[in-house]
Amino acid sequence: MPVALFIFLATVSIISALGVVVQKSPIHCLLALILTLVTIGALFVALDAVTVGFLQIIVYVGAIMVLFLFVIWLLNLQAEPVPIGHLGLKFFATIAVAAMAAELFAFLARTKVALKAVTVAPGYGSIDSLAQTLFGQYLMAFETTSILLLVAVIGAVAVARRALPERSSSPKGGVAS
Amino acid sequence: MAIDLLIGAIKAIVILLLVLNLSAVLLWFERKGSALIQDRVGANRAAIFGVGKRLGLPNLGLQNTLMADPLKLFTKEDFVPEGADKFLHALGPFLALFPVLVTFAVVPIGDVFHIGGHTVELRAAPINAGALYVLATIGIGVYGVALGGWASNNRWALLGGVRATAQMISYEIAMGLAIIALVITYGTLDLQDIVRQQGGVWFGWLPRWGIFLQPVAFVMLLTAGMAESKRVPFDLPEGESELIAGYFTEYSGGKQAAFMLTDFAEVVLVAVLLSLFFFGGWQVPWLYRDGFHFGSHALLLPRALVIIMGVIAFWIKVVSFCWLQILVRWTLPRFRYDQLMALGWKGLVPLGLLNVLVTAFIVVLATGAAR
Repeated sequence: MPVALFIFLATVSIISALGVVVQKSPIHCLLALILTLVTIGALFVALDAVTVGFLQIIVYVGAIMVLFLFVIWLLNLQAEPVPIGHLGLKFFATIAVAAMAAELFAFLARTKVALKAVTVAPGYGSIDSLAQTLFGQYLMAFETTSILLLVAVIGAVAVARRALPERSSSPKGGVAS
Repeated sequence: MAIDLLIGAIKAIVILLLVLNLSAVLLWFERKGSALIQDRVGANRAAIFGVGKRLGLPNLGLQNTLMADPLKLFTKEDFVPEGADKFLHALGPFLALFPVLVTFAVVPIGDVFHIGGHTVELRAAPINAGALYVLATIGIGVYGVALGGWASNNRWALLGGVRATAQMISYEIAMGLAIIALVITYGTLDLQDIVRQQGGVWFGWLPRWGIFLQPVAFVMLLTAGMAESKRVPFDLPEGESELIAGYFTEYSGGKQAAFMLTDFAEVVLVAVLLSLFFFGGWQVPWLYRDGFHFGSHALLLPRALVIIMGVIAFWIKVVSFCWLQILVRWTLPRFRYDQLMALGWKGLVPLGLLNVLVTAFIVVLATGAAR
């Protein structure tokens, strides 16, 4: 990947990630988050992980962020001043953040960064190699995860359905569909 | 290296201009097409200086659509309603238009050819996961409409935006399922490869087009694609009788033109996808690398002519599918919202899952037997 491209994408993704935290309006935060996810997807694509990059965009930007958008709409979230809290809270928050930053820098300083070009096999990151790994080496984990998700979906539907009889037997007498 | 970059840039610009121009001409197509269906004359005014009339040409109304309308739109006041989110209001139309236009980057409009030591592939971005790229860009397309509707600070616009978002993500699933079945059938995500596999014939005469392999996916992709483009019968996000103009109620001038262009670019996109996946893309029936072959008869043609014929055939297919969508748009009435959701979730999604399952079974049985 050309270095200039990497620097561009990384800068955009970091700035937009900051935008998620800094901006006041929830919709603007969402937009910044979308931009972050798109640039991370682009970074994946630039690193030859084409499938993962596009899946990142399809799943996160195309589906999950739309869900976020709907939540913001449904709760009618507005740009509100964030309650900053009293002085003591500020004091402890500052100390906690400073400690975190110090820890991270200490960790980074001790880590030896090995910048070595790694040659990858042809077809690396393609959907073929991804499928071979997913449905070969990690078949059990993949299937277990899918069953878990299925159970979660059925559970969510079951929980949501339970409300129906109550509504029809309510004193106002809702119309049964 | 520089010349390769230049070739890439030229390809990208040419494909973009083709799509933009086709989208603009489609507006004229739509006006004349609706007139044809409703037994009217349609657009026939705005003869500039009467040149056409002086030469005795019939006034087809092209000037209305291609010159007068854009001039009018782009010279109008760009109105931003009070209390609107100015940034998002301005961003909306372009956020809607951009994903549609970049999708065409992976569309192969012709075969690969060699010229002066350079291999030129008639496609702007040779991405081998093209089908995934298409799904990704279509997924991003929701935001322009949704945010444009929200940022207008207008209830009709917001309702239109919400409707559009719900409709587009619902039909995206059906579209994805149709494309998955196709990917299983062809065994590749590469759009150029998919087109290449549709060359040749079955039984000596039937072109190996995807429509004969995946008729169910064709119906699904056509329906889901029309729903994605938010046109009648799926135009609930705009619904003039209910929502004024839906998500672009508060747009005027160039931004409104951008939304309109998005609609037509989406029509072109659906037509492009249908002809790529089901009607052989740039493949001409019975035309091979060296010319026509039908049974034992052969008509040999130079390679350059074969490639040009392929490109022309592709655009003929695309225009026919655009025409089909315009016909449907002026024939069917609008759905009710519950009908729309029922068709998407209870009709297309189970049908798509079944189609994927059956396709996978057949492919496994066929390739298993081959091994």
